[in-house]
Amino acid sequence: MSLGPGHIELAGVSKSYDGQTTAVDAINLKITDGAYCCLLGPSGCGKTTILRMIAGHEEPTTGEILIGGEDVVGLPPVARRTAMMFQSYALFPHLSVRDNIAFPLRVRGRSKMDRHAAADAMIEKVRLGELADRLPAQLSGGQQQRVALARAAITEPRVLLLDEPLSALDEQLRVQMRQELRRMQRELGITFVHVTHTQLEAIALADLVVVMDKGVIRQAGAARDIYAAPRDRYVAEFLGGQNVFSGKVQRVNGVSVTLAAPELRAIAVPLGSARPDAGDTIDVAVRRDDIVLLRPGVPLADGLSSLSARVLGVEYQGNFVKVMLDALGPSEFVAYVPERDFFRDPHQIGDVVVAAWQADRARLLA
Amino acid sequence: MTSSSPSRGKWSGWLLVSPLVLVLVPFFVLPIVIVLVASFLESDGFGGLIRTFTLANYGGLLSSKLTLALYLETVKFAALTWFFSLIIGFFVAYFLAFHVRNQLLAIGLFLLCTVPFWTSNIIRMISWIPLLGKEGLINTALIKTGLIGQPLEFLLFSGFAVVVAYVHQLTIFMIVPIFNSMARIDRRLLEAAVDAGTSRFDVLRLVVVPLTKSGIALGSIFVISIVMGDFFVVKVMSGGGTASVVGAFYEDIGVLQYPAAAASAVLLTLVLSALVLLILRSVDIRREIAQ
Repeated sequence: MSLGPGHIELAGVSKSYDGQTTAVDAINLKITDGAYCCLLGPSGCGKTTILRMIAGHEEPTTGEILIGGEDVVGLPPVARRTAMMFQSYALFPHLSVRDNIAFPLRVRGRSKMDRHAAADAMIEKVRLGELADRLPAQLSGGQQQRVALARAAITEPRVLLLDEPLSALDEQLRVQMRQELRRMQRELGITFVHVTHTQLEAIALADLVVVMDKGVIRQAGAARDIYAAPRDRYVAEFLGGQNVFSGKVQRVNGVSVTLAAPELRAIAVPLGSARPDAGDTIDVAVRRDDIVLLRPGVPLADGLSSLSARVLGVEYQGNFVKVMLDALGPSEFVAYVPERDFFRDPHQIGDVVVAAWQADRARLLA
Repeated sequence: MTSSSPSRGKWSGWLLVSPLVLVLVPFFVLPIVIVLVASFLESDGFGGLIRTFTLANYGGLLSSKLTLALYLETVKFAALTWFFSLIIGFFVAYFLAFHVRNQLLAIGLFLLCTVPFWTSNIIRMISWIPLLGKEGLINTALIKTGLIGQPLEFLLFSGFAVVVAYVHQLTIFMIVPIFNSMARIDRRLLEAAVDAGTSRFDVLRLVVVPLTKSGIALGSIFVISIVMGDFFVVKVMSGGGTASVVGAFYEDIGVLQYPAAAASAVLLTLVLSALVLLILRSVDIRREIAQ
């Protein structure tokens, strides 16, 4: 079986800076050639360390890193044929846009004419045409990001590593540059590994989302799987869009468990692959947009689970309305109600409502 | 009120600069004016000045072959000192800025660099004798190991000794501004350069040196102007065998030829100003410091 040149495999990779605490703990991960992979997690979860180890700026304490099937541990970045786009871009302040982009070619000994031609072609590609002779300080954040991207891409690497590439930009630009990154990735056809702490960024961009916490991978998969089917409480809460609550298993029958919790009446949750026993405490997630708000007294249809609650707050979001409920006491319980549905019969703060959902939409978490 | 605020602004401006003016005018501007005026007057030969305007002081200075020789000699020392203090200063600063991770250690090493300044200049000069002298440490060691049969004469009381003393004394003036520039270089730039495939030497040549230009320029101004304006080290370390620009007009002062000495001083000031301007033209220090 031949692997693509940009196929990345981490096998049992650990990193410890001081010999006691581990920044990255025995990670196994496969990223296929030409994929857009996002490493997602809060700061200090080890995602940047993984990126730097793939790049060759850190060496793993143990484990193997394979790119295109060969072990690259110990090799410098050039030999790995990776390129990194640094956080806040690390553009050379004394060089013009053209010279910044041509820099990797310059140190490879390419002639001035040759490298300027290559740089100009790249400048066209990232749409910086008229700015070629400017210094980085004279560019906006978005333009600097394009220069950084062009500088990283000009050596035709097989893997491009991006460390929080969008964090220095304002919200509007972020969405725009996000599309730009995706477009570049498709055009270049190489593997992108992108580190971020913003879940929206990750699920919008990535073919493969890797959710990390404290040096370990909590879940890796397609964006939709991660968002719609989080494996555990951490992933569900980090990705957002889910109501997570715990309860004690009362009964297990073949297809579902009956759950009881102080705040709620007994509800049924379909069994996934989990095999809980009666008496276990388990976590359950229900998507916020699966929740329907009903007036008390309205008869419930079959197959609905429900709990009653008081409205704590209402936030208008444009295409939907976010309704905060006190169903779980101190922890959040939120319903995303489509805008038109909400305003057909608006709820006020303090109203008592019944929050209901299709019982089979609830998910057991590991 | 609108009419009074501009005038108050003017007054507060003057008030703000007044401390500096009070220092600069009596201690800097006035002496220079006096020297300038004296350089155009005649001497009575006994330390007095005759109030007649003359260009003879400059005429004598500029027509003398000795002047050129003195300048060449002094510029040679300045250039050699500049070169060696730059090389040493650059790498010491580089080590302190990029390789010493512990800040406390960096401060300690910095203090170590200032150790030569804990003693007076005269004691430092004298201390070279037991090291570089004919029966000094270096010669004795070399003879004992059999590398040389005769003591090396050029070690002390020579041009070599002058340069060694200057470099020892002035390298710190290179280290500090260069370190300061280097400390402001974003470490990620070096990593980005390595990521782009740059060799260690090219990282220095293409990234560190260009970004340290302002520090190098400042250090160069310090070193060159101190060497050009000094005569003591040359006099002591060369054993009196080598003259210098300042040494020459110091002797004029010794024989009470104040106008001639004043003219030499004005000429040196002009030459130095030109040198400094030249350095400043190549590096926009003000812009780089403002960044």
